[in-house]
Amino acid sequence: MTDAEIRSLFPELMNERDGRRMVYLDSAATSQRPSEVIEAVGSFYANDNANPHRGTYLEAEKATEVYEEARNRTASFIGAESRDVIFTRNTSEAMNLLAYTWGAENVGAGDRVVITIMEHHSNLLPWQRLCRMKGAELVYLYLNDSFEITDSEIEEKINADTKLVAFTHVSNVLGVMPPVGKIISRAKETGAVTVMDCAQSVPHMKVDVNELGADFIAFSGHKMFAPFGIGALWGRDELLESMPPFLSGGDMIEYVREQDATWAPLPQKFEAGTQDPGAAAGLLAAISFMERIGMDVIAQRERDVYDYALSRLSELDHVEVYGPADRERFGAIPFNVKDVHPHDTATVLSADRVCVRAGHHCAQPLLKSMGLNSCCRISFSVYNSREDVDLLCDSLKKVRGRLGL
Amino acid sequence: MELDELYTQVITENSRSREHRYQMQAPSVVKEGVNPSCGDEITLQLELDGDVIKDAAFIGDGCAISQASANIMIDLILGKTVEEAKALSGTFMGMIKGEVTDEDSLESLEDAQAFQGISHMPSRVKCAVLGWHTLEEALKGKDGNT
Repeated sequence: MTDAEIRSLFPELMNERDGRRMVYLDSAATSQRPSEVIEAVGSFYANDNANPHRGTYLEAEKATEVYEEARNRTASFIGAESRDVIFTRNTSEAMNLLAYTWGAENVGAGDRVVITIMEHHSNLLPWQRLCRMKGAELVYLYLNDSFEITDSEIEEKINADTKLVAFTHVSNVLGVMPPVGKIISRAKETGAVTVMDCAQSVPHMKVDVNELGADFIAFSGHKMFAPFGIGALWGRDELLESMPPFLSGGDMIEYVREQDATWAPLPQKFEAGTQDPGAAAGLLAAISFMERIGMDVIAQRERDVYDYALSRLSELDHVEVYGPADRERFGAIPFNVKDVHPHDTATVLSADRVCVRAGHHCAQPLLKSMGLNSCCRISFSVYNSREDVDLLCDSLKKVRGRLGL
Repeated sequence: MELDELYTQVITENSRSREHRYQMQAPSVVKEGVNPSCGDEITLQLELDGDVIKDAAFIGDGCAISQASANIMIDLILGKTVEEAKALSGTFMGMIKGEVTDEDSLESLEDAQAFQGISHMPSRVKCAVLGWHTLEEALKGKDGNT
């Protein structure tokens, strides 16, 4: 498919304002949605609308069918069993679920939780709060000057006291991947459970839980063409079985008596209250879309645009790109225009309909460690093209002049 | 809003001015202000002599709008009484909200009138008011008799 053909599948990208199309470079925040996802959500409410897992009439059966089919497809998409895939609102909720269930039962005073300095706040704050509540120690794996986590850092920090290691698959700021295999094998060696934030990987590359080897992974639907409000947590069956419920309420029970209760089997045990089958219908359509385009095609298109952007940005005077130049990176590129605050850069770009993110990207400790308060970030998806990068660069050239420099 | 209206010469020049940007020797009031969503931060320092703002300075890191606004604000409040400074702040906030529009009131804001158009850019309003908001916090409880 050509760039224009792919773009035409996304209604928001076809909207012209003042005769100009949107150049959307903020997919790490949320993706745009293809028509078929938007239509699937509408179709659910028009044709299948009822509360799933309740009722015996046709629509209730159809709602259940759509919701569970979404789970089945999500599971097969990541090489998992359906009963081990729990729908959450997003990655943050999945991490909170883990912190308040597995974490609350297994992390105690004097124990260690290890995370990396690259974590999004969603994979940082639940562990920080857990450690503060339990008197446990939150320990960071830091990056060296080449933005690498060294073997000695991993061996030193992940020790016998470590109960849990939580880390991102791909940094939402730097686009770098930590040494996944080394972290997981060290954690296995010391008996720690591993949690991976896959919010920035599942939308962009083939992720298979069996190949990854982590004990839990979490990701968000809205970053992979699906609606807001649905994401997934996958966990090893025996771990999920051993955990108490997180939220309690409707639909997650076996029996409720006046003074106690027993819980539904997986995955319902972790899905209290009425769920969002409309969003699940959208997630199902999003996964179908990704499989039709092909994860290899998605990854290859993004690789081309990413590398092109790195080389174009490096040609621009006054643009400083952060992160390693010599390693494979994915999804996001952080940068600043010299002497211009990122919010001013983003404002000037937005006048040309170039949409970038400016700020701390929900990763304040990482930015601090890089000596920054904030930066601009561009990030890509399948619908981005070299032309988008050219339009960005044209607009970037105007920034300093606009600020009177 | 057009960029020309936002990044006017008054704003770009004030954003880089060093005039009021320094660490004071012995300020009587120090107040930090932060925009948590974007990381803009300023530390406002005031030297009060009775109820008069005898000296003022700030240090900070942030966008052109937030830094220019703080610099222009200090221009305005130097030598004013606490009450006068609070009144100016009220006028500025009112202008940003689009509630104060009469020319006489706006005139008192001098260069700070340059931020009037920002009321049409909701995402940048918090940048323009950071300095003034910090001033209000700094002057809380300072009724002029201290």
